[in-house]
Amino acid sequence: MNGAEAMIKCLEEENVKYVFGYPGVAICPFYDAIYQSDIKSVLIRTEQNAAHAASGMARMTGEAAVCAVTSGPGATNLISGIATAFADSIPMICITGQVNSELIGSDVFQEADITGAVESFVKYSYLVKNPKDIPEIVKEAFYIANSGRRGPVLIDFPIDVQQAEIRNFEYPKEVKLRTYKPTIKGNALQIKKVIRELEKAHKPLICAGGGVHLCNAVKELREFAEEYSIPVVSTMMGIGVLPTEHPLYFGMVGNNGAPAANRAMREADMIIMLGARVADRAVNQPEVLTENTVLVHIDVDPAEIGKNAGAAIPIVGDAKHILQDMTEYEIDGDYATWIKELEGYSRDLKVIRPDHPGFVDPAIFVRKLSEKMKDDAVYVADVGQNQIWSCRNHIVRNGRFLTSGGMGTMGYSIPAAMGAKLAAPSKQVVAVCGDGSFQMSMMELATLCQYDIPVKIIVMRNSYLGMVRQYQHFSLKDRYSMVDIGMTPALDHIARAYDMKYMYIKDMKGVEDKIEAFLKDDESYLVECNIDPMDLV
Amino acid sequence: MKRIFSVLVENRTGVLWKVAGLFSRRGFNINSLAVGETDNNETSMMTILSDGSPRTLEQIEKQLNKKLDVIKVRTFDENKAVTRELMLIKVKYTKANRREIMETCEVMGAEIVDMSESLMMIQICDSPEKIQLLISMLAQVRIVEVARTGTLALQKCLED
Repeated sequence: MNGAEAMIKCLEEENVKYVFGYPGVAICPFYDAIYQSDIKSVLIRTEQNAAHAASGMARMTGEAAVCAVTSGPGATNLISGIATAFADSIPMICITGQVNSELIGSDVFQEADITGAVESFVKYSYLVKNPKDIPEIVKEAFYIANSGRRGPVLIDFPIDVQQAEIRNFEYPKEVKLRTYKPTIKGNALQIKKVIRELEKAHKPLICAGGGVHLCNAVKELREFAEEYSIPVVSTMMGIGVLPTEHPLYFGMVGNNGAPAANRAMREADMIIMLGARVADRAVNQPEVLTENTVLVHIDVDPAEIGKNAGAAIPIVGDAKHILQDMTEYEIDGDYATWIKELEGYSRDLKVIRPDHPGFVDPAIFVRKLSEKMKDDAVYVADVGQNQIWSCRNHIVRNGRFLTSGGMGTMGYSIPAAMGAKLAAPSKQVVAVCGDGSFQMSMMELATLCQYDIPVKIIVMRNSYLGMVRQYQHFSLKDRYSMVDIGMTPALDHIARAYDMKYMYIKDMKGVEDKIEAFLKDDESYLVECNIDPMDLV
Repeated sequence: MKRIFSVLVENRTGVLWKVAGLFSRRGFNINSLAVGETDNNETSMMTILSDGSPRTLEQIEKQLNKKLDVIKVRTFDENKAVTRELMLIKVKYTKANRREIMETCEVMGAEIVDMSESLMMIQICDSPEKIQLLISMLAQVRIVEVARTGTLALQKCLED
C-alpha cells in the first residue's frame, strides 16, 4: 500500500462519500488510489468551488467534507474557499498535492507554500513528511475539523510521500492531542447565574448564530425557547434556527436585518448570544449592547467571548449541551407582555419597498418562491443584493438556509448548492444569485450537467453589481464606477450550452405558476428574473 | 499595560512563525520575543513581552491558547516575574575613555569579553531596565554594534 492508498483508506474510515477536486501531477497518486475506492470524486471546474462544494455538503451533514487539489496554483486557487469556510466555521478537510519533499523550498514548477499561505484561515494544517504518519494525521485532522469551533484543516501531501510504500496500516481509534481539548459542557455555576437572571429579566431575548446549526442544537433551542417562552432573533448565519413564522421568532438582526429584530435587541434587558460572534454586520455597536442589558455570551470558542463585547455572564461550551442543561431548570419568569410588544413591532415596523412595475420584485419573488418550495428544501443564497433580499424574505420551515455570511464570497451559491444536493439528494435545492455572482461560478453548470446534479438556479439579473452600486448611490453620489456588467451573456444560450432548462421571468404576471413550473420536477433549471437595475435592498 | 506571556509550545517546524504571525495578523504588539528549547527537547518556551489594553491582552492570551501547537500560556505582570536579558555590545574606545568605560562596566556588573586595539566587547546579563541604563551610560562612547536576546522571564518563586 502506498501513501495515497493509505490516505484513501483513512477517508473511507471517516465515512467520506465524496471528494471534490481538480487533479494535477502532484495529486495524481491520490486520484489514482481513489479509482478503486467507493468514494466518488467530483471534478469541479475551478478549485475554489471544490472548497465551496465541500462547504455546502458539510453544512448539510454536519461532518467535515473533503476537497483535494494539486500543488501550486491548484492549492492557491483553493484559498478563497478555505477562508470562506473558516469565516463561517465550516468543518472541512483540504488535501493539497505538493512537490517532492526534497524539492520543497527550491521554487520548482507548481510549488507553493500552501501551509504558510493559509495559516490564518485554517484551524490547523499539516505537511506530511513521513508516510507512516498518515493515519494519525488524518484522524487528528477530522477530529480537529469536527470538534470545538468547527473549521477547515489542510493536509499538504508531497507526491513522494503519496508514492512511498507503507506497511502495517492501522487507523487509530482515538486521538491524542495534549494541546487541544475543547470545552463542551458549560460551567454549572454560570448556567445557574443565567437562570437567576432570566427570573429577574422582563425582556429577555436569545440571539442565535451559526453555532446553533454547527453543533446541531436547533431542536434544543426550540425546546428551550418554547418551554420558557423566550423570544428569538438570529444573525444571518443563524437563519433557520426557528422556522421563520414561528411565533417566538422575530427575524434577523443587523444592518440588513429586520427592524423588529433590531428593535428587540435595543430594548431587551437581557440578551443571550448563542453561538454568535457579535460580528460587525450583526451588532454594529457592541458597546451599546451591554449598556442596559445583561449580556450572556455562550460560545464554544473562548476567544469570541469578550472579543467584541464584554459579557456579564460568559459561558464556554457547546450550545447543544448548555441548552439541554438549562432546560432542566424551572424558571419563574413571565415574558408575555414583552412578546406582545415584539409582535407589535413585527406588525408595525415593516420594510416598505416602492413598486417596480415591469420588473420582478425580488422581495415578493423570494417570498413566493419559498412558499412554493418543499417544506424541507435547501435555499442557498449568494452574495450581494440577492443575499439581502433572500435573508429578509425567505421563509424557512424545516429546511436550511445556506450562505457565505462571514466572508461574503461571491460565487458561493452554485457550488455550495451542488454539495448540498449531493449530501441530501432527496431534497429540493435552490441557489439564488445575482448576475455578478452567477458569472463567478457559472463554469460549474458543466459539473452539474456532467454528474446530473439537479439544482435550481435563480439569477436575479439587474445588469449591475447591485450591492456596490447601491453603496455608490448612497455614499458616492451615484458615481457608478466599475459596477455596470451589461446584458451579456445571454442566459438562455448559456442554459442551452449546458443542456439545462431555462425560464425568463419578466415581471410579476403569473409568477406563481412560473415558480411552480420550474420547481415541479427534480431537474436542473436556470431561471432569469428581470430585476430593476435601480432596485435597492 | 505591559504583560509577559510565557508560551510553552510544541517544538515543531513553523511554530515560531505561526505565533509571530498571529501577533502581526491581529495587530498585537511584540516588544520582545525570546525562544529556546526547554529541558524537554519536544517543547520550546517562548517569552513574549507585549502591551495593550486589558481587552487586547486578554485576546492575546485567548488567541494563543487557540493555536494547536501551543501547550500552555502563562501570563503575568513584570513585577511578579524575574526578567533577564543578555546583551553583547561592541564599542570603540580611546586611551582617554578606556578607564571610564571599564569603571562603568564594573559598576554595572558588565564584563569585557573581547578586545582589540580600538574595539571592546561588553557583555551584560540583567533586567531590561539595567541593560537600557548601560546603553545610556555608554552614550558618550561610539557604539559599533549591539545584539540582545530579548527578555526572558519566569514567574517569581512565590509559594502560597
